[in-house]
Amino acid sequence: MDGRILIIGAGQAGMQIAVTLRDEGFAGEVTIVGDEAYGPYQRPPLSKAYLAGNSDVESLELRAEHFYTDQAIEMVTGETIVDVRLGEPGSSDAGIATAASGRTFEFDRLAITPGSTPRRLPIEGADLGGVLYLRSLADADALKKRWTAAENLVVIGGGFIGLEVAAAARTAGKTVTVIEVADRLMARAVSSTTSEFYHGAHERRGTRVVLEAQLARIVGDAGQVTGVELAGAGAAKGEFIPADIVMVGIGVIARGELADKLGLDNINGAIVVNEYAETSDPRIVAAGDAVLLPHPLGHDGQVRLESVQNAVDQAKVAAKTLIGIREVHRAVPWFWSDQGDLKLQIAGLSTGFDQIVERGSQESEKFSVLYYRDGRLLAIDAVNDPIDYIAVRRALDTGAEIPAELAADSSVALKTLITSREA
Amino acid sequence: MPEITYFSPDGTQTTLDARDGDSVMETAVKNGVKGIVAECGGACACATCHVYVDEAFTDAVGEPGDLEDDMLDGTAAERLPNSRLSCQLKMNPALNGLTVRIAPKQI
Repeated sequence: MDGRILIIGAGQAGMQIAVTLRDEGFAGEVTIVGDEAYGPYQRPPLSKAYLAGNSDVESLELRAEHFYTDQAIEMVTGETIVDVRLGEPGSSDAGIATAASGRTFEFDRLAITPGSTPRRLPIEGADLGGVLYLRSLADADALKKRWTAAENLVVIGGGFIGLEVAAAARTAGKTVTVIEVADRLMARAVSSTTSEFYHGAHERRGTRVVLEAQLARIVGDAGQVTGVELAGAGAAKGEFIPADIVMVGIGVIARGELADKLGLDNINGAIVVNEYAETSDPRIVAAGDAVLLPHPLGHDGQVRLESVQNAVDQAKVAAKTLIGIREVHRAVPWFWSDQGDLKLQIAGLSTGFDQIVERGSQESEKFSVLYYRDGRLLAIDAVNDPIDYIAVRRALDTGAEIPAELAADSSVALKTLITSREA
Repeated sequence: MPEITYFSPDGTQTTLDARDGDSVMETAVKNGVKGIVAECGGACACATCHVYVDEAFTDAVGEPGDLEDDMLDGTAAERLPNSRLSCQLKMNPALNGLTVRIAPKQI
């Protein structure tokens, strides 16, 4: 099969689409266009190893430069696509994408992987120098630039990114305060059991955590941040917290401009796709953070997943769809978050659980939480416990079960309890 | 630059010059060596970069850390005494000539 495939978006998903096309034997033209100055790179280390100085730009590369040349994949960086016109349905007309620079790209089939962008904080002082977000390599470099001299760090948002940066800052000897509007940490990702453990663990290590906190404003001097002022109810009302850096990690939103331009069905910018990664226009596939996909384990509903695993697995499906291979993968969603010496590994989606089984001991900071619904295994949060994590991931992968009543006995290895699901 | 040779499950042999400090996994993935999945990108979070290290290099690579040791218990292919997660093997001049066999199944 030949023809020209254009991939708009040079993140993990965009790169994986190109790689899978070649792996599957596609011999036509493959072009990836990204708006950043670099080719595809790993984002997860930006809030972890990169910040701690344990990795550099070259080590973040997802593929060496020569790989793209060897595979005849054209990698175009630093170009923002501002307009896309599709060929007439049923005709052999090519589509044309136009970049802000005026450069054009003709294509026969199109994949879009727009990714996501940090949710901005709509508050007085949010545009001061030193109020930072963390999504791209450029963001990470801006953070690193201030890092060494900074003594006080305020993190707004107690999710993965915020807590990872908080842990790195505390490890580097800084005074750290985490401000969270919800009544618990990582509320969207884990149950209150795991939230409460992390709250305690971060405090034991010297990070201050303020829950149910409302911000009045960010305070600055000569254009640079000097601290934050709290508002609202609660003990901390009106308090001023000094800060050399304010790190904002309050979630991400899908980059929806392209979907709008192409008239694709989307919800708040998140592009709706089917199990084949097809958008509402069958000529276009989409993958990655900006996509709303059917639950990947066949449960009801649609989900938007912000993870490397989802970007990779969905990109493989999208690439196959582009070349006419109808194949749906059953993909177990999984996530991890390294917060200092606490490794959180999550497999499955715990949404809708009605039962929890806890194993190990929170005191020793090595434990896991298994989630069930109607007696059926849904997910695990594993803290410094890769053995339990792997067992659950494997069970979910094969559609097997780990009976809740047996899992409660921590002295028994989970992998010995995996049983096939009854028909 | 230290040299590594990979034996992929499909029988392919690839020899690469590694950047000092890059892991055995990173060197493979960046150059498109088949068989190493490395889903987590080197965070020791997924156990999908399992390799068998040539026994001549057992001493040079040292012992796996506790976390890696636990993760190795969950690999898809059989764990052997010379099993390692290649994301945890950082290349250095002492590992020049390292040979690894990529586990036949990663997921």
